[in-house]
Amino acid sequence: MSAAREEVLGRIRQALSRDPAGEIDIARSYRRTAALHGAELVDRFAERAEAYKATVLRVDAAGLADALERLRGRFVVPDDLPEEWLPPEFIRDHRQLGHRDLDAVDGVVTGCALAIAETGTIVLDAGVGQGRRAITLLPDFHVCIVPVERIVASVPEAVAALRTSLPRPLTFMSGPSATSDIELNRVEGVHGPRRLEIIILGETPD
Amino acid sequence: MASAAERHTFPELAKRAVADTQLRRNIGNATQTIRAKRAAVVAEVPDWEDLREAGRSLKEHTLRSLDRYLVQLEEAVTKAGGQVHWARDGAEASRIVIEIAERHSVKEVIKVKSITTEEIKLNEALEAAGIRPFETDLAELIIQLGDDVSSHILVPAIHRNRAEIRELFMRKLGLTELSDRPSDLTAAARTYLREKFLTVPMAVSGANFGICDTGTICVVESEGNGRMCLTLPQVLVSVMGVEKLVPTWEDMEVFLQLLPRSSTGERMNPYNSFWTGVMPGDGPQEFHLVLLDNRRTDVLADRTGRQTLNCIRCSACLNICPVYSRTGGHAYHSEYQGPIGAILTPQLHGMESAASLPYASSLCGACYEVCPVKINIPEVLVHLRTRAVAQSGFTLEKLAMGAAIRMFDNPRLLETAQKIARVAQRPFASDGYITGGIGPVRQWTKARDLPAVPSQSFRDWWRTRR
Ligand code: SF4
Repeated sequence: MSAAREEVLGRIRQALSRDPAGEIDIARSYRRTAALHGAELVDRFAERAEAYKATVLRVDAAGLADALERLRGRFVVPDDLPEEWLPPEFIRDHRQLGHRDLDAVDGVVTGCALAIAETGTIVLDAGVGQGRRAITLLPDFHVCIVPVERIVASVPEAVAALRTSLPRPLTFMSGPSATSDIELNRVEGVHGPRRLEIIILGETPD
Repeated sequence: MASAAERHTFPELAKRAVADTQLRRNIGNATQTIRAKRAAVVAEVPDWEDLREAGRSLKEHTLRSLDRYLVQLEEAVTKAGGQVHWARDGAEASRIVIEIAERHSVKEVIKVKSITTEEIKLNEALEAAGIRPFETDLAELIIQLGDDVSSHILVPAIHRNRAEIRELFMRKLGLTELSDRPSDLTAAARTYLREKFLTVPMAVSGANFGICDTGTICVVESEGNGRMCLTLPQVLVSVMGVEKLVPTWEDMEVFLQLLPRSSTGERMNPYNSFWTGVMPGDGPQEFHLVLLDNRRTDVLADRTGRQTLNCIRCSACLNICPVYSRTGGHAYHSEYQGPIGAILTPQLHGMESAASLPYASSLCGACYEVCPVKINIPEVLVHLRTRAVAQSGFTLEKLAMGAAIRMFDNPRLLETAQKIARVAQRPFASDGYITGGIGPVRQWTKARDLPAVPSQSFRDWWRTRR
């Protein structure tokens, strides 16, 4: 294989050989932060997530218990999901569950690494309270708990914060899966979970 | 796709496509809808132009040091537990994928939509080796079941309507009852493919970005079939063109804003997956990255054509293009269509096989304006036309093109030329459209309804009004 490697690298060096020396500067005049704070930040996230047909609830600690109480059926949860975040009927995943087991449960409850207000996105990084990727993929219903302090304003702020998550895998989710492949009609729910519920947890700051 | 002796030229195929009214209606609706969505979400971003400039400069910066960045990516992926392979051309890349499949005695693979694997005809190679590839993107499934060809890089089955898809699914998936509602058709595909996701042990994907400092690979998608392929099988092989690199993780802050808004017209597409080598206990435990040249280094060697490699395959240029929205994708006879196809195909497959493609444009410049990485498509088109003409010897078209460039540079000259044209066209103009003509104009009007030069130019009219 290394013959191919040397040849491709050689062709690249040849192709670049007549270029002037020195690097091309990267233009960084774009925004690195967005001016969104407090209630406005949380509102924006809620509104943008709803625009993708995710269900959004906003609760305090007592409200969370009620919201979880309503969940019917068997939910898989990561092995380190906090006690207060558990639905009535759950199975903890210690990686003992096979793909068919995950396919057979009614839903999954997780936390998240962070959420992005401007795009209505949640990001999972396989960290605490999130589990491995397969558990949020095979069940048909994903309930994601987003503590308000995890919401950032913009994509650049999210990317900066996620540097320390690597090399763990990252999944950005913006609403349930969707397709527009048939006559451009949007259909929510193709292969991932067909329903996404986002529970924003905590006092909305002023 | 574009064969050695280009059997069908763009003008022939375009004529056929324009005559197909169903196709025209579908493509027209599709491009119009996506165009409007894109415009709305782009208008929301106050620093859009700064982001485009960042995207362009990031891509050009990376290409200028491509050898160094590729080696850095290779090291990072290897350190994270992945295996890196290099392929000089499509055949070599296909061989690498087949060898991996054979080592695991795999007879079936699941695939995420990837134009790069279409470019190298991987499915044909797999089938020839007795391995069955399953396309898992809904549109790709429709194409594969119908033995059909993609017509749009983002919505490949846009030329099919719901009745056709229903009929196809019933026949090929063995269903006895199925409505033609898009939600029911989608559910049928979900059920059919779920079984594949749960059982097939190897997946093949493309890649949207390879991040050099961390060795992280990114796939963006909508349906979740990507996540299925990237997460469930034991073995994952990703085929990536050597140009798809970004220097650092932080640079994703630019492309994660540019790509979804330009592509599907969403603030963010439903799913973005990032993985770094192999993660014990989570996802495939064997990961291979195939770095593909396949003439990309030739494109790099052409300093005007090189910007073509900036492309992040968003398809905004297709949706905005007046030629594409009339002809659809099949006329380009390639896996890359529209304005980007008109400049990429001849460079990747050779001028000799796609010499008519650089002419598949009116040079209106709309594609350049929407391109999130600022590829000056009209400039590359004109450059490639000159190359095409240079290869075929001296022609009148060459003269005309040279003159055209000079004219557009000089408004006075343009005005004079328009006056001459108005006089010269008289014998051929009927109903305000030029239909025949002689010499170069005849070639031009064979497939284009060239609007006749109005008897009074806008400038003349403006002057008389004042
Ligand atoms: S050329 Fe530009 S607009 Fe066209 S697909 Fe590529 S990135 Fe998008």
